[in-house]
Amino acid sequence: MSQLLLDVNGLTMRFGGLVAVDGVNLKVKNRQIVSVIGPNGAGKTTVFNCLSGFYIPTEGSVMLKNEQIAGLKDYQISRKGLVRTFQHVRLFQKMTVIENMLVAQHRHLNTNLISGLLKTPNYRRLERDAMNHAIHWLEEVDLLEFANREAGNLSYGQQRRLEIARCMVTQPELLMLDEPAAGLNPNETKELDELIIKLRDEHEISVLLIEHDMSLVMGISDHIYVISQGAPLAEGNADDIKNNPDVIKAYLGEE
Amino acid sequence: MTTNKFYNAIFAAGITLILACLMIGVKLDTSGTQLAVKGATAAQWGWIGGGIAVVFLSQLFTNQIDALFRMIPKPSISTMLPEEKKMATLKPWLIAGVIVIMVIWPFMVSRGSVDLATLTLIYIMLGLGLNIVVGLAGLLDLGFVAFYAVGAYTYALLSEYFGLSFWVCLPISAGMAALFGFLLGFPVLRLRGDYLAIVTLGFGEIIRILLNNWTEVTGGPSGISGIAKPTLFGLEFTRKAKGGEDAMTFHDYFNLDYSSSYKVIFLYLIAILLVCIVIYVINRLMRMPIGRAWEALREDEIACRSLGLNRTAIKLSAFTLGASTAGFAGAFFSARQGFISPESFIFIESAIILAIVVLGGMGSQMGIILAAIVMTILPELAREFSEYRMLLFGLLMVLMMRWRPEGLIPTKRPQLELKQ
Repeated sequence: MSQLLLDVNGLTMRFGGLVAVDGVNLKVKNRQIVSVIGPNGAGKTTVFNCLSGFYIPTEGSVMLKNEQIAGLKDYQISRKGLVRTFQHVRLFQKMTVIENMLVAQHRHLNTNLISGLLKTPNYRRLERDAMNHAIHWLEEVDLLEFANREAGNLSYGQQRRLEIARCMVTQPELLMLDEPAAGLNPNETKELDELIIKLRDEHEISVLLIEHDMSLVMGISDHIYVISQGAPLAEGNADDIKNNPDVIKAYLGEE
Repeated sequence: MTTNKFYNAIFAAGITLILACLMIGVKLDTSGTQLAVKGATAAQWGWIGGGIAVVFLSQLFTNQIDALFRMIPKPSISTMLPEEKKMATLKPWLIAGVIVIMVIWPFMVSRGSVDLATLTLIYIMLGLGLNIVVGLAGLLDLGFVAFYAVGAYTYALLSEYFGLSFWVCLPISAGMAALFGFLLGFPVLRLRGDYLAIVTLGFGEIIRILLNNWTEVTGGPSGISGIAKPTLFGLEFTRKAKGGEDAMTFHDYFNLDYSSSYKVIFLYLIAILLVCIVIYVINRLMRMPIGRAWEALREDEIACRSLGLNRTAIKLSAFTLGASTAGFAGAFFSARQGFISPESFIFIESAIILAIVVLGGMGSQMGIILAAIVMTILPELAREFSEYRMLLFGLLMVLMMRWRPEGLIPTKRPQLELKQ
């Protein structure tokens, strides 16, 4: 049935003597929402950093569409279709919303200096395409009316949505969201919930999610991985995880 | 709180007293073959006392003074200008008008003013170049003058050893400076902020010291003199043609009497042309993907990387293009002066260019042009106070940072048309 998009095996990250991530395995299929949960400090974000190339994993393999990406540079990985957001929103604060969207499409544009200076037809066409693409995604996340506003002036929820839209214009196949619901109110969380499902169903991408909001995670995930102290603890669907005694112990401590 | 303020004021006044006594109150004087310590006159002591009182009171009443500062209305340039839509239609006419005035103007004023204007234009070019690196890409460069020097020496050396003309050397100088920018860019890519500033500062000094010590080629501290002036399609602006058999001078060709002001005006017009080119190119760059990428890199490097932007290439391009602008300005500088030495490329030049960028408002082109004008013309106007020039300079900086920290003309984000 659906193909394997991301296949992580035995991912290990050591910082000197500290083992932050220890033998984590992850599998993400096409058009799937997969969540990674775990207590604070369990190493979830470190896993993300390894996958997206911010860290080079000490051991293990990361296969994206049957291609080894462990060890590639961060920007090379994102060009292969694996794009992430951050735990703390990282927008280009002083640039406008639409500029944020255009920067993300940098590699799809004609970056030749001469053609840009002379405004060649090819340059204009690519620039217009990027603009239309950006407008399309701003409409999707309901931010079009703020297009010429500085990104830093948006509300927190809007900034979160812009960050996702900015990832989406790079045309990824796997979107990694690092705590996208952090700091959102219940209403905004619900909208985010719908947006993520729409990304999977309409735009046919896969989403890898780190999240603490359990109702969000349990509601939308096709598969859940639990990590505790850097090591894999459990995996399964929402019901498996909810009833897994190890997971309950890791979150609530022993009686 | 109040007592704290009082102690603060006492402390500041004390410091002033000590410094004033050492610097003004006591003087060394030669009497015969010996040095004698001389006290200040009563009038000078009066001034010192007054100064201390001012420091004491201003420290004591900082809050009130701050309130006074806030009461001074900030000139809001946006309200003085006509509406946005009107601006858009007016803009081409405005630009054309400014260029026409700039071209006609030198024929009506004195030679000295034209010369000063030419110098200002050089600083505008340098400011715009540094703006790419500091204002747009957010990389603090304290050694920008190195690229200026590379451009200047490239033309001077090529002209002296190979007899190449100014117009041929102009792109070569820009290219050489760009190459140096590229070479410096590589090792410093990983550095940010303070560390980058230190390395670029060092680079600026290395270039200057190299020029000073490589006597066989650069002439060392005595510099290079007799650098050829630019020509107008082969016409020279000297009294007698120097460039061989078929060389002609400008005044002979047009049957005019010789006047040295032709040369000055011609140099000014070249500077105008170069500045227009630089402004146009950088204006385009800012609206191109590369310009947006520079700003994105300044805003958030990590986000850039996660979006597939190659930060190495982007930083290098900023360094290279900024440097090539300085090389451009440098070649023109050596052609204008006719003489260059490492003295022209000391650290204070870098500081002045950086001050222009900060004063003008990081990233804003209009602001930088204005700041360059202020920074070159003010010292000329204040010639009588030449001893206190640096003091005025510092005062201007303090007032600016107090009054308009975002610069003379802060950057305005371009508003993009959404519908085609």
